[in-house]
Order: sequence, then C-alpha cells, then structure tokens
Amino acid sequence: MITSNRMQESEVWTANRPRRKVDFTRVLSFILLILITLTMLMPLVFMVTTSFKAQRETMQYPPTLFPDSLQFSNYVDIFSRLQFGTMYQNSLMIAGITVLATLLSSSLVAYGFARFRGTGRNLMFMLLLSTMMLPYPAIMIPQFVLFSKLGWVDTFLPLIVPAFFGSAYNIFLLRQFFANLPEELFDAGRMDGCTEIGMYWKIALPLSGAAMATVAIFSFIYSWNDLLTPVLYLNSSDMFTLPVGMASLTSSKFRVAPWHLLMVASVLALLPIVILFILAQKRFVEGIVLTGIK
Amino acid sequence: MYAFISPWIIGFTVFALFPILASLYYSFTDYDIIHSPRWVGLDNYREMFADDLYWNSVMVTLKYTFISVPLQLLLAMGFALLLNQKLPFKGFFRTAMYFPSMVSGVAMSLLWYWVFNPQIGLFNYVLSWFGVKGPAWLMDPDTALYSLIIMSFWGVGGAMIIFLAGLQGVPTSLLEAARLDGAGRLSIFWHVTLPMISPVLLFQLILGVIESFQVFTQAFVMTHGGPNYSTWFYVYGLYTSAFKEYRAGYSSAMAWILLIVVLIVTYIIMKLSNRYVYYEGGKSR
Repeated sequence: MITSNRMQESEVWTANRPRRKVDFTRVLSFILLILITLTMLMPLVFMVTTSFKAQRETMQYPPTLFPDSLQFSNYVDIFSRLQFGTMYQNSLMIAGITVLATLLSSSLVAYGFARFRGTGRNLMFMLLLSTMMLPYPAIMIPQFVLFSKLGWVDTFLPLIVPAFFGSAYNIFLLRQFFANLPEELFDAGRMDGCTEIGMYWKIALPLSGAAMATVAIFSFIYSWNDLLTPVLYLNSSDMFTLPVGMASLTSSKFRVAPWHLLMVASVLALLPIVILFILAQKRFVEGIVLTGIK
Repeated sequence: MYAFISPWIIGFTVFALFPILASLYYSFTDYDIIHSPRWVGLDNYREMFADDLYWNSVMVTLKYTFISVPLQLLLAMGFALLLNQKLPFKGFFRTAMYFPSMVSGVAMSLLWYWVFNPQIGLFNYVLSWFGVKGPAWLMDPDTALYSLIIMSFWGVGGAMIIFLAGLQGVPTSLLEAARLDGAGRLSIFWHVTLPMISPVLLFQLILGVIESFQVFTQAFVMTHGGPNYSTWFYVYGLYTSAFKEYRAGYSSAMAWILLIVVLIVTYIIMKLSNRYVYYEGGKSR
C-alpha cells in the first residue's frame, strides 16, 4: 500500500516536472563539453603529431593529423641543432634549486608568521601580501643594476638567489596551512623540550606534505616557464634556459620556420610538467583550490 | 619570530623595497645602466607622455586587458557550471580542459605561432571547413592583438578549476532552500550561487588584470611587438627601452607608472567589491 502510494507520488512528480527536460539540459551540456574539450585538445594533438613529421610535410596544406612517416630523428636533431641538451640541463638545474630554496625559505618564514606574535607582525604581513601584487617589470631595472654590480650577469645566480628569501605567494599559502595546525601538537612538543626550530622541522613540516607539494609544483612551473628574467641575465648561448633558447626559434635567422623542431621543443618542454601533473594530479587540483592561483 | 622571518625581511628589503625606491630615483635621471645616472627632473615623464609609442603601448595593453580578462572569466565560469553537474566522464573533461592552462610560456607561444600561421596553420584550416577564409592573424596589424586574445582563452582552465571548487563549496542546503521556494535555475544562480562565489571571482579578476598588464612572452616570442606595433605591450616596450635602447631612466618612469596603475586598479576593484562581494560571516576580510 505504502509502496504504491509512493509510486503514484513519483508519477505525479514526473508528470508535473517532466524528467525529459532535465535530461535535455544534461545532454546539451555533455555535447557542449565534448566540443569544448575537442577544441582545446586539438592544438595539443597537432603539436605531438607535428613533432614527428618531416619538415617537408609540415609545410603542406591542409595540415595532416597523422604523419606520413614517423620521423623519430626530429627528437635527435633538436639536440644537435640547438644545444637543446645544455638548455634542458640548465633549466632543470635552475628549477630544481629554485624549488628546494623556495620550500626551505618560504616554509621557514611562513612558520614565523603563523606561530609568533612579535611587534609589527601584522604590518609586515600586510607588506608581504602587497608584494604579491608587485609587478616584476616594475622592479627589474634596479635589480638588474644590483646584480650586474655584483658581477652576476650571465650566471644563474640572479635566477636562483631570490628564491632563498621566500616568495610571497608561497609564504602566504604555507602560513594559512601552518596556522590551522592544532595547537596541542606544539604544546606537546614544548613539553618534550623541543625548540621552535625543532618543532618547525619535526612537527610542522612533516604534516604539510600537501601544501609543500603544491608549493614545489608551482615554483617548479614558474621557474621552468620564466622567460623575462633569463632573457635579461643570460647572454651566452651555453647558459640559456629552455624558454630563452626556444624563443630564438621564431627569430628571423630561420628563413623558413622549422615547424617540426618547434613542436619537438614544445613537447619536450612540456614533458616535466606532464610528468608532474600525472604524479600529483590530485594534489595539484587540491593545491590550486588551496591557493586560488593558477 | 624575527629569526624565522628574517629571510623574507632581507629579501623584501633587497629585492622589493630597494628596487622600488631606486627605480623612482632612476625615473628622474638619464641613465644607461653603464654610466652613473644624471638628474634630469621630470624630463622622462614629459617625454613619455608626449611619446606616441608610449600611448600606443598603453592602448594595446588596455585593449587586451578589457577584452580578454572579462571573457576569460566568463568562459571559465561557464565551463565550471557545465562541469558542476552529474555527468559521465566528468573527471576526464575536467583534466582535458585544465591541462592547456599549464602549457604556458614559450611552449604555448610556439604552438599558437603555428596555429595562427595563415598558410599552414590549424586555425584557418578549421575555418575553411565552414567556408571561411581566415585572416593573416599575427601577420596583420588589425588582427594580431585579437589573435593573442583568442589564445588567452586557451588558458582558462586554471580559473575554471578554482570556480569549480567555489561552486562545490556552495552549501547544498542553500540551493535546496531556494529550489523549495520555487526559484528557477537562473534565479538560483543569480541570487545564491553568484554571491557565494563572488570572493573567488574578485580574486581571479584582480589576478587576471595584473597578469595581463604584464604580458611579455607572447610579444617577445610570437610578434616582436609587431606588426606595425599592434602588439607592442607595455612591458615589452619597457623591456625594449631599458635593455635594447639602454634608456633605463625612461623605462623606470614607465615602471613607476605601471606600479601606480596596478595599485589604483587593485584598489578600485576592492572598493567596488565591497558593494558586491559577499563574505561569509560578515566583512571580516
């Protein structure tokens, strides 16, 4: 009796608000999503397939989706024609050191902001927040003067050293994280005779895996993609980072743009980011949500 | 505390505070980075405001910002709303739409340099399916800037993910209540969802504006500021006059104007938002 009542109710429900309408919106959304996804992925697909084409084929119209013959040699050529290996190494090294330095310095500073109440803390925190808005181009000239007086032009130092002093975004992100750690943990640590630096190292850091991973990924991508800073400081081609070297591919010294090599370079430049993304996809999305930044 | 934050205090002083003040000083000097600066008063500013190329760079940057940022936010929001439903393969769609936003920098510029190539590029090929003969994109002063705007849409995945998180943070109880009160989809979005995620929207707006004031890579890699200065972005101009023409004093004046404009814009958006943005638990932020 009860069941049939319920069934009647649900029939009335469907009669009043036809389910089909709801389905229609969802089907439409689904189709729209497929179209959007295809559009967004198409350039990437072509990037990968073009990277395997012979140069002659890259000049054809219409562009072919699949190469006539797979030219794996493109991936060898780029290393011989562009000092690609050196550039790759430089970029990896700079990004690696930047990540480590950022993790260390930003977490230290963030811990300081999260755990203590010294005079001027709020003022300093406001200053920190405001430097997040500070456009790099607005300060790059005096920085350049400073670093060139130190004799650091054409070295990696200008790209690495600032990371040892913390970056505003990451400090902010980690501070929010540390501030939410339960106070009891630190009380317990203090009773066990732990120093502040000990609590930072043994309590705060081990609990911050997700936040630290986020910071690591963001600082890696930032350093890996940065063009303006290395363009300013690196002059000799064996010091070039990947973006600097790749930017030269569109310069006029090539009569015809070497499209296949352009795409090989792009694919290889993306590789570390893809690997990071696959390894940490879940964290990645969490992290983005955590920070609200790209 | 001071021991812990000392790296930042040093870093802030050396890498932010000092450069800001130094560039203010340089902006009143004639300076080529090699010889010592020579005081010239307001000459740089006078020259700058009389320079057509300067105003061109301002217009290019503003046009890019005003067109691309609102559209990017709109697209990101639209995509997020689409994904915020029960649909099959949702995870795949989310990843696929987010991924391009990580292809930033030079790799993206090189890829789109090809996409926009008028002879062999993807864009005009796809247009030809619909019988449209596409323009020369980056090679035509009339379309070059729009090409870069179109390209910027490719990276909306980052903002989309953040909006999606925002949407998922809207309490279902609120949505249910609105539905029971007989509110339609649109009205729920307008009166419940949108106010709830307005802080996220605001933050993305500020970031988007500041970011597009600083466009450099695309101009440097794809167009070299051309054709006919149609993509001569502010920061590209700043870079060129400082490091190609060695007019660091003049560039410092440009840098200071940029700094002030960023401050003003951030301030205005914040002020406006006081009226429109809803923060949970009152105006505590």
